[in-house]
Amino acid sequence: MKPFPLIRILDRGSIIFLAIVAAFAIAIPILNLAVPEGSSAHVSTYVVALLGKYVCYALLALSIDLIWGYAGILSLGHGAFFALGGYAMGMYLMRQIGTRGVYAHPELPDFMVFLNWKELPLYWYGFDSFAYAALMVLLAPGLLAFVFGWFAFRSRVTGVYLSIITQAMTFALMLGFFRNNFGFGGNNGLTDFKDILGFNIQAETTRNALFVASCIALVLAFVLCRYIVMSKVGRVLIAVRDAESRTRFLGYRVEYYKLFVFILSACMAGVAGALYVPQVGIINPSEFAPANSIEAVIWVAVGGRGTLYGAALGGVLVNLAKTYLTGAAPEIWLYFLGALFVLVTLLLPKGIVGAVASLKSGVSKPLKPGHWLARILPRRVL
Amino acid sequence: MRFIREPLIALLCLLGLFLAGAGPAHAGPYEDALTGFTGDSYSDTAAAIDAVAASGHPLAATVIGALQERRLHFSAAAKKVFYADKAGTLHDAATGQPAAGEPPADLAMVRVNNRLRRSIDAALGSLTLMSPDAWRRYEAAQAVFKSRDEAALPALDQAIAKETDAGVKRALEQAWASIVLNQAGASAADKLTAVQLIRERGDQDAVGILSALPAEAAQPVRKAAEDAIAAIKGELALWEVAQNLWYGLSLGSVLLLAAIGLAITFGVMGVINMAHGEMVMLGAYTTFAVQEVIRTHNPALFGYSLAIAIPLAFLVAGIVGIAIERCVIRFLYGRPLETLLATWGLSLMLQQAVRSIFGPTNREVGAPSWMSGAFQIGHLNITYNRLWIIVFALLVFALLLALLRYTRLGLEMRAVTQNRPMAAAMGIRTNRIDALTFGLGSGIAGIAGVALSQIDNVSPNLGQGYIIDSFMVVVFGGVGNLWGTLLGAFSLGIANKFLEPYAGAVLGKIAILVLIILFIQKRPRGLFALKGRAVES
Repeated sequence: MKPFPLIRILDRGSIIFLAIVAAFAIAIPILNLAVPEGSSAHVSTYVVALLGKYVCYALLALSIDLIWGYAGILSLGHGAFFALGGYAMGMYLMRQIGTRGVYAHPELPDFMVFLNWKELPLYWYGFDSFAYAALMVLLAPGLLAFVFGWFAFRSRVTGVYLSIITQAMTFALMLGFFRNNFGFGGNNGLTDFKDILGFNIQAETTRNALFVASCIALVLAFVLCRYIVMSKVGRVLIAVRDAESRTRFLGYRVEYYKLFVFILSACMAGVAGALYVPQVGIINPSEFAPANSIEAVIWVAVGGRGTLYGAALGGVLVNLAKTYLTGAAPEIWLYFLGALFVLVTLLLPKGIVGAVASLKSGVSKPLKPGHWLARILPRRVL
Repeated sequence: MRFIREPLIALLCLLGLFLAGAGPAHAGPYEDALTGFTGDSYSDTAAAIDAVAASGHPLAATVIGALQERRLHFSAAAKKVFYADKAGTLHDAATGQPAAGEPPADLAMVRVNNRLRRSIDAALGSLTLMSPDAWRRYEAAQAVFKSRDEAALPALDQAIAKETDAGVKRALEQAWASIVLNQAGASAADKLTAVQLIRERGDQDAVGILSALPAEAAQPVRKAAEDAIAAIKGELALWEVAQNLWYGLSLGSVLLLAAIGLAITFGVMGVINMAHGEMVMLGAYTTFAVQEVIRTHNPALFGYSLAIAIPLAFLVAGIVGIAIERCVIRFLYGRPLETLLATWGLSLMLQQAVRSIFGPTNREVGAPSWMSGAFQIGHLNITYNRLWIIVFALLVFALLLALLRYTRLGLEMRAVTQNRPMAAAMGIRTNRIDALTFGLGSGIAGIAGVALSQIDNVSPNLGQGYIIDSFMVVVFGGVGNLWGTLLGAFSLGIANKFLEPYAGAVLGKIAILVLIILFIQKRPRGLFALKGRAVES
C-alpha cells in the first residue's frame, strides 16, 4: 500500500466534518473555562461531559460503520468491545483510588473487600500503570474480536447468522460480568473514581481535557478509517460487501480482509469505551446488553451507512434526541427510537447524508429501483 | 398413589362407620376395657389405657385423647365412662352419643399421674398407627421413621401385623427398621432385615439412617449397610439424571414453543423477526385480559380461561403479525439486515405500547386447577403445569407439521420456500403466502405466550428473555426444517439443565452460547440444513 497524501483521502464532506470536530474541540473548552459563569456564552461543565459522551458514541458509530458500511459485517455485539475497553479503563481508575475507598484497604478495591476477597486476582495486576491499561484497552477487545472473527469468518458465517451470534456473544459476556465472582464488580460495576493520571476526575479542567482527548481520538480514528477505505484494502472490502463469493473466486482471501477490519473496528470501539468511562464515572455490565449494541447500529443507519462522517453525525444526533426525550417525555423515547428504526430502514436507506446528497443531485430524475421513493410504492416481491 | 389412596380412604372410613354403628350392640373388648377407668386406681387405669388402645375401636383415640386433656369422667355407681368434647358436652364413651338426661351425681374425673401420662402418649402414638384412615397411618409411620422412638416398637409390631394396605405396610416396616437399626438389643438377623428394608426405601433419608448406624453394630450388618448406601446412592444418581432430563424436556418444550414460530418466518421467508418475542408477550397479555374479563363477568368459566385464550392469542398475534408484514417487512425483502433493524424497532414500540396500556409491573395470570399441583413417579417430582406445557408444545408442533404437509396453504408455503420464482410462475401468489406465513408464525408465538404466562412473569419484557434463546434454537436446528427446531429445542434444553448443576445457571447458559457459536463454525447452516445449489443465500 502506497501511502496517500492526506488531501487525497479526504473528500469535501470529510473536511467539513473534521473542521466541525476541530471547532468544537477548541471552542467548547474556551467557552467553559474562559467565559465567566454568568455570561450567556458560557458552557456548563455538565454540557462538556455530555458532549464528551456524544463524541465517544460517535467514535463507536464510526467503528460500526467501518465494518457494516464497508465490509457488510453487521455486528450486533459491538457494545461488548466498547464495554471491554471501558472496563480496562475502569480497572485502571479503580487502582488509582488506592486507600481512599470506603474500606480504605491498602491493596483491594472496595467491592473485593465487600465480597471478602483475600488478594488481588491475577488479571488485575498491572492496571496500576496507565500504559498497561491503555494497552489493554486495545488488546482486550482486539483479542476477543480476533478469536471470534477467526472462527466466524473462516467458517464463512455471514449475514444474519453472524449478527445473531455477535448478539449472543455480548449477551454471554453480560451474564458473565453480572456475576460477582468474575471479579469485575458484578452488578454494580466499577465506579467511585477519583483520579486519572494524577488529575482529579471531577475537576473542570480534567473534564475539558477528556473532551478534547475524545475529539482527537475521533479525528485520528476518522482519518485512519478514511485511509483504509480509500486504500486497496478498502476496495477489496467494498467488493466483499457487494459480492463476497465473487471476490473469493477472484482469489482474495476474504476472511483475512474481514478479520483485519473487524479487529481494527473492535479496538476503536474499545478506545471509545475507555474515553467514555471517566466522563460518565461508571461502567457496569448493562453496557453489554444486546439492546445497546443494536441501538448503536441505528445511529449508523440514521446518519448514513458507508459514509463514516454520517455515522458519527448519527451517533450524536440520536443521542441528542435521547437526552432530550428521556428528560422531557420518557414514555415517548422508545416509540421514537422504534419509529426511527422502522422509518430509517424503510424511507432513508442511505441515512441523512444519503438523503441530503440525493436532494442536491435532484429528485427530478426518474426514480431508479432502490431509490427511497420507489421503496414506499407497493411492489410485487419475487 | 394419589388415585389409589383416595377411594381406599373412603372405603376405610365407611368401614369405620360401620364398626362404630355395630359396636354398641354387644359388649366387646373395648367396652370391657372402659370399665377399667371406673376403678379410680392408677393401676386399673393403666391397664384400661392399654386395653382400649389394643381394642382398635374407632372411639379409642378420642377416649385416650380426652384422658390426656383431663376431659374423661366416670361414674362409679353407674359403671359408666363419659368424655366431654371441646365444647364441654358430655358423651357416652361406649357409644360416642351425647349423654342423655342429667349427668350422674357421682361424676368424677379420671385421675392421671406421670407414669400414666407416658403410657397415654405411647398409646396415642400407636393409635394413629391403628387409625382407620390409611393416610393418617402412613403419616404416623413416617413420623415414627423420622423420630426413631423405641417406645413405638410394640405398637409398630402390632400395626404391621394388622396392616392390609401395601403402601402403608411398607412405610410401617421402614419405620420399624429405622428403630431396630439403632436399637442396642436387636438381633443381628433383625438388623440385616432392617438394612434390607431401608435399602428398599432408597432415598436421601435412607442414606442418612444407614450412615448413622451405631459403631458397635456387628460386622455383617455394617457391611450390608455400606453396600446398601452405595446401592442407594447409585440409584439416586440415576433418579437425578431422570429429574434433570425432565427439567431439560420442560425447558426444551418452552424453547420449542418460542422458537417454532420463528422457524417458520425465518425458514420459509428468510426474515429475521426481532419482534417475535413481543408476539409471545402479546399472547401472554391476551391471556391476562381474558382472565380479567372472566373474573369480572363470569368467574365460573375460569377453568376454561386458557382454552378461550389460545384461539384469541393466535388471532391477536397473527393479525398484528400480518399487519407488520404488510406495512413494513414486505418493503424489505431481500435485505435481511434492514429487516432485522426494522423489526427490532417494532419490538421496542410494541413493548412501550404494552407498558403504556397495562403498566410496567408484572401481571398476575392465574392457573386453572388442572394445571396446579404435582405428583411423584419414584423419586421424580412432576408438576402438572410443566407436564401440560410439554404436551401442548408437542401438540402444536404436530399440528403445524400436519398443516405444512397436508393443506394447500402448507403446500404453497413449501413451494415458496424451495423456489420462490418458480412458485410464482406456477401461479402461487407469493406475497399473499408471505403475509399468511408471517401471520401463522406470529400466531404460534401468541399461543406460546399463553403457555408461558403459566410459568413466567407476564411483563412487557417477557419476550426479550426468549428472543436470543429462540434464535439459538433455530440457528442450531437449521433453518427451514421443523424437525431441526424440535431437536434443537430439546437438546439445548437438556444440555442447559445438565450443565447447570456443574456450572451454575449463568455459567451453564454462557457455556451453551459458546458451544453454539463453536457449533456454527462447524455447521454454519445448523443441524438440518436445507440443501440447495445457491452459493450464498
